[in-house]
Amino acid sequence: MSLPKLNSSSSAPADVGAGQAFSSPAKARTPSIEDMRAIAKRLRRHIITMISQAGSGHPGGSLSAVEIVTALFFKVLRHRLADPCWPERDRFILSKGHAAPLLYAVLAECGYLPVEELATLRQMDSRLQGHTDRACTPGVEMSAGALGQGLSFAIGTALTARLNSQDYRVYALLGDGECDEGQVWEAAMAAAHFKIDNLVAIVDNNGIQLDGWNRDIMNLEPFNKKWEAFGWYVIEVDGHDLSQLLDAFERARSVKGKPTVIIAHTVKGKGVSFMENNPDFHGKVPTPAEVKTALEELA
Amino acid sequence: MTQKTSMREAYGETLVELGKENPDIVVLDADLARSTMTHFFARQFPDRFFDCGIAEQNMMGIAAGLAASGKVPFASTFAVFAPGRCFDQVRMCIAQPGLNVKLVTTHGGISVGEDGISHQSIEDLALIASLPGFTVIVPADAVEAAQAVKTAAATYGPFYIRLCRPKTPLVYDRDYRLDLGKAVLMKPGKDATIIAIGLMVSAALEAAEDLAREGIDCRVLNMSTLKPVDSAAIIAAAAETGAIVTAEEHLEHGGLGSAVAQVTAKHQPVPVEHIAIKDTYAKSGKQAELFQRYGLTAGDIEQAVRTAIKRKRV
Repeated sequence: MSLPKLNSSSSAPADVGAGQAFSSPAKARTPSIEDMRAIAKRLRRHIITMISQAGSGHPGGSLSAVEIVTALFFKVLRHRLADPCWPERDRFILSKGHAAPLLYAVLAECGYLPVEELATLRQMDSRLQGHTDRACTPGVEMSAGALGQGLSFAIGTALTARLNSQDYRVYALLGDGECDEGQVWEAAMAAAHFKIDNLVAIVDNNGIQLDGWNRDIMNLEPFNKKWEAFGWYVIEVDGHDLSQLLDAFERARSVKGKPTVIIAHTVKGKGVSFMENNPDFHGKVPTPAEVKTALEELA
Repeated sequence: MTQKTSMREAYGETLVELGKENPDIVVLDADLARSTMTHFFARQFPDRFFDCGIAEQNMMGIAAGLAASGKVPFASTFAVFAPGRCFDQVRMCIAQPGLNVKLVTTHGGISVGEDGISHQSIEDLALIASLPGFTVIVPADAVEAAQAVKTAAATYGPFYIRLCRPKTPLVYDRDYRLDLGKAVLMKPGKDATIIAIGLMVSAALEAAEDLAREGIDCRVLNMSTLKPVDSAAIIAAAAETGAIVTAEEHLEHGGLGSAVAQVTAKHQPVPVEHIAIKDTYAKSGKQAELFQRYGLTAGDIEQAVRTAIKRKRV
């Protein structure tokens, strides 16, 4: 398959400064907040480019969680580029599987996938399926797409660490609209009941689901109180503020005997003016003119 | 043949046995551990047992996560709740990635009896068999149930094992070994073949005995591995006996009858009659009354054999 060239400045992870050292962040030159902002911007460019080339996909909820995955993959997670299945790795579970382009973009920036491969999103025989498929893509932990299931999967993964006396941690990224699903609350109850403290849920709280604003479609408030009532340690942050996110992940490490949820207040479509807070761009592909504008804004 | 034993007890005891051999075996239940008999395992290995409460969807996700990180999870509830209550979870989290999760359900079919139609699982085999990659086993007795559980533990991939509530006649002795994917020849015969699963296997044997007295020589096959179905045994039965009767405690569509008809239609068309629940729901009642009302007795099988044989002479 010939790979269309991505309209992107990035060619290899080495560009971001930490280079191959990303494979073991603990020993790497720690990327600065500035480095991570640059990475975040590149992820946004990848997302726009990939989805426009694919001709379908979900830009809004990919763009809203860019800082969350940047913080995780470039600072928080323990992982090894050379060994995506390393048993001691921290797990990142993408429950909102429609944000697949975001996960592929960050995996490419880390070096798990060639950046050029991003252009194959959703194409026949691509490893980059429309929604994540763990059987297809290195670094993808869970097959997702039907919402509400990732937290349960994350609990199972976290329990294995307990059973094996391993110290890896599990991070599950959920959408806020996804929390309409009853299974999320079954899982929330179970994680607290089993006292799983190596589990962090992050809710990309962008306020919008496919049909419109959450508050109009299915009100989730009082959202933080719900999680508290289910027995979770709750942290609320600006989900686009890398420092706040990193602090929250650090705080979560010290929480014992209960799971932690980070409610990350975000803007759907963040970074592209006409996509921000616009429910239309949940699953809509930008026109070529819109792509041009978006990439200029993200230059 | 008259000794009756419990498939569920065999399951619970086998889990304990396997748990001693393999520390990676973990067990999940959805508040039915005393009924599914997973409580035997819970008592022996409390740290490796997770009661997920009445939340089957979450249980399947947890099982998938455990499997993805190297455990061998057995997840149990009633057949009516899995895959029915958690079909999407089983589909996306277990079947699609092909994870090593073992679903063992009990109280399958209408033999659950008095609890009524909400608890009578007559669609579960159609649902689970629709999922690519699942191996589906319906044991005929307690010995085969234990064998199925051991086979599932030793074979990578998603399994569904369906057990029933009542104690059932033993059709195998203790030396029986399940050969995955192979129909078991229970009785040779040349005039027609009865292919049965679950507790209908003993009814099929009874029917074959009765028919022998009429001079009808029936082959009886136990198709305990419902999926992948043993096509070769079906084709041979069709070619050599010319008529087939299927017998299952499930809806007529989507289970054994459909699987057999699909094979014969393609490879060796012969008359096929189905002993199964016709497109309907049953009632509360005793097992014997229900089997009588919905046509699942040895007598019903015998009549179906006569009909099938008549049809082949056309």
